[in-house]
Amino acid sequence: MPSMRLSHFEAAFLFALFTSVVLGIVTKRNDRDRFHYGVYTFACFLVALFGLGWLMYFGHG
Amino acid sequence: MGSNLATPVTPAVLPPASLLHSKKMANEQEQKQPAPPLSAWVPAVALGWLIPGGGHLLLRRTGRGLLLLVTITAMFLCGLMMRGTMFQPQSGDLLTTLINTGGFIGDLCSGILYLLASWLGYNQPDMAGAVHDYGTKFLVTAGLLNLLAIVDAYEIAAGRKE
Repeated sequence: MPSMRLSHFEAAFLFALFTSVVLGIVTKRNDRDRFHYGVYTFACFLVALFGLGWLMYFGHG
Repeated sequence: MGSNLATPVTPAVLPPASLLHSKKMANEQEQKQPAPPLSAWVPAVALGWLIPGGGHLLLRRTGRGLLLLVTITAMFLCGLMMRGTMFQPQSGDLLTTLINTGGFIGDLCSGILYLLASWLGYNQPDMAGAVHDYGTKFLVTAGLLNLLAIVDAYEIAAGRKE
């Protein structure tokens, strides 16, 4: 089986993508809302990813 | 003046009593919703566990079913390619039991993906390293996302959701 070596950012990006798709599908009741919720969740993941990254950067001093 | 005082004062913002009564009745009916028959939801839930998105496909939600199948399978395969570890239930202190049993249940929720990986001999030891750790999280999360898909399939089969 091929192996995969991802950076933390790549792994977190993929994680956010897969999770957002499923959350969008199972949460809302019509396709438009599902799409919007999926995009919103994905954006939240990315904001948290960059936010926490910068927080850790400044926390290290 | 005396006759005016005897008249009850009803503020215009209050809903009429009949509306309140009907809302209460609707809430009670919602709470007392009977459980759906087993034959309505067991096939969808069982297929949804075995094949990610299978419950939706059975219920003719083809687009959503295929999207779930592709997404959950891709996440599980990424976990395998990152050489993530499958959890095995272990007893010991409370934290060890919770993490390992919870992780095992999460892995098991992937259905055929987990069974195939186990039957084909995938047995990655727990190794130090960030990528292995990401892989382990991907494997468990794929199972947990499938659990969400199973609950969604149940709600559709039970008629609680379109």
